Amino acid sequence: MHLTQGTFSYLPPLTDEEIRAQVQYALDRGWSVAIEYTDDPHPRNVYWSLWGLPMFDVTDAAAVMMELEQCRKANPNLYIRISAYDRSKGRQTTALSFIVNRPAHEPGFHLERTDFADRQIRYTVRSYAANRPIGMRYRDDG
Amino acid sequence: MADNVSMLDTETKHTEGLDAIAQEMLARLDKELVGLKPVKTRIREIASLLVIDRLRREHGLVAESPSLHMCFTGNPGTGKTTVALRMAEILHRLGYSRKGHLVTATRDDLVGQYVGHTAPKTKEVLKRAMGGVLFIDEAYYLYRPENERDYGQEAIEILLQVMENNRDDLVVILAGYKDRMERFFQGNPGMKSRITHHIDFPDYTVDELMEIAKLMLANQHYRLSPAAEQALRLYIERRMAQPNFANARSIRNALERARLRHASRLLASGKRPLTKDDLMTIEPEEILASRVMRDDNDGMLQQAS
Ligand SMILES: Nc1ncnc2c1ncn2[C@@H]1O[C@H](COP(=O)(O)OP(=O)(O)OP(=O)(O)O)[C@@H](O)[C@H]1O
Ligand SMILES: [Mg+2]
Repeated sequence: MHLTQGTFSYLPPLTDEEIRAQVQYALDRGWSVAIEYTDDPHPRNVYWSLWGLPMFDVTDAAAVMMELEQCRKANPNLYIRISAYDRSKGRQTTALSFIVNRPAHEPGFHLERTDFADRQIRYTVRSYAANRPIGMRYRDDG
Repeated sequence: MADNVSMLDTETKHTEGLDAIAQEMLARLDKELVGLKPVKTRIREIASLLVIDRLRREHGLVAESPSLHMCFTGNPGTGKTTVALRMAEILHRLGYSRKGHLVTATRDDLVGQYVGHTAPKTKEVLKRAMGGVLFIDEAYYLYRPENERDYGQEAIEILLQVMENNRDDLVVILAGYKDRMERFFQGNPGMKSRITHHIDFPDYTVDELMEIAKLMLANQHYRLSPAAEQALRLYIERRMAQPNFANARSIRNALERARLRHASRLLASGKRPLTKDDLMTIEPEEILASRVMRDDNDGMLQQAS
């Protein structure tokens, strides 16, 4: 299974050159770029961990690529994404966000259907990886 | 065949464009900075290399991008910071740096106060400088051999790593006094070997300082009367012999004070209306009033004004 989230989710994974170009695009627009990582692939998971601080004063993508390389080294088997934050016009919002690293093996999601009144169904999506405790997910042994 | 010819044409034009930029920048440097012969020569050499490299690349020849980390040594006020700024601009215009900005840092910006504080601080500065030039003033303060727990060494190690791995992403310029810089390199041979260009900024001669003074005044729409010119030369000769002489910076400061006295004199003179000539011309009084010019040496040896 191949997790798709954020901008460019319909494309094959970006190469490092493409990542660099996207980051430079964001920086050129004055957006601050942050690197985040997580081991919980659920689409509604908003609690990704920040890798360092958002890079407010950086003008060149090389700086972000250097941090990304270090984040990958520390978390080779986790999801890592790059987000660009646009603070202009009081927008206070993420302008761009895409996955730049993923576990070697992505087990996917279990879809659970719960019947309730009047034959209605509630759906729950649960990642197989998240069945294991934090820190044990996406390890080679499972 | 025809295609080939037109391609060659555009290639040549392209490089000629770069060459023209280089010539223009060097001409401006010559005009706006007095003296500094060895510095200008080295900048010219670097600019030539970048232009030729571009040409070589267009002909499919190997042109590995050169390492341009530098060390500027020289006494206070000899133009190190000024040249670093120019260097950032030149490297950008010649296509070596992507951004062309200059980030200035000293020990306090790089070295932390406690364990784990230094690496993020140093990296922060390095990241800001990427795409441009990182200028580290008085770099030897990073290294304090007398304290083996000093965090400066950690900053130096990160610097070395980035200078090596990110050669295409930033240029590091270290600056400081020559003898202290020498001692710093003795303790950090790795740093010395990563710096390709060691450029020494000589002290200015009296003639050069006079020329710098005139240039500074002209930029601010002032001029010296012939008598004031003589007075200034005398002032410079005396000032040079005194402690804390800071080359061109001392000249700039002296001229600032001359401007103050010039304004006071004009208002006190009661002359109305004041002509444009009055407003522009510095007279000897403005310079002779300096403490440096007083005959009693007491005042001279204390803080020179
Ligand atoms: N060759 C020159 N021509 C014209 N102006 C100069 C020249 N050299 C220096 N100046 C002027 O002198 C002043 C001091 O120069 P600068 O700050 O570059 O010196 P510095 O070598 O960095 O000194 P420090 O070691 O004290 O930092 C600046 O205002 C600069 O414009
Ligand atoms: Mg300086």
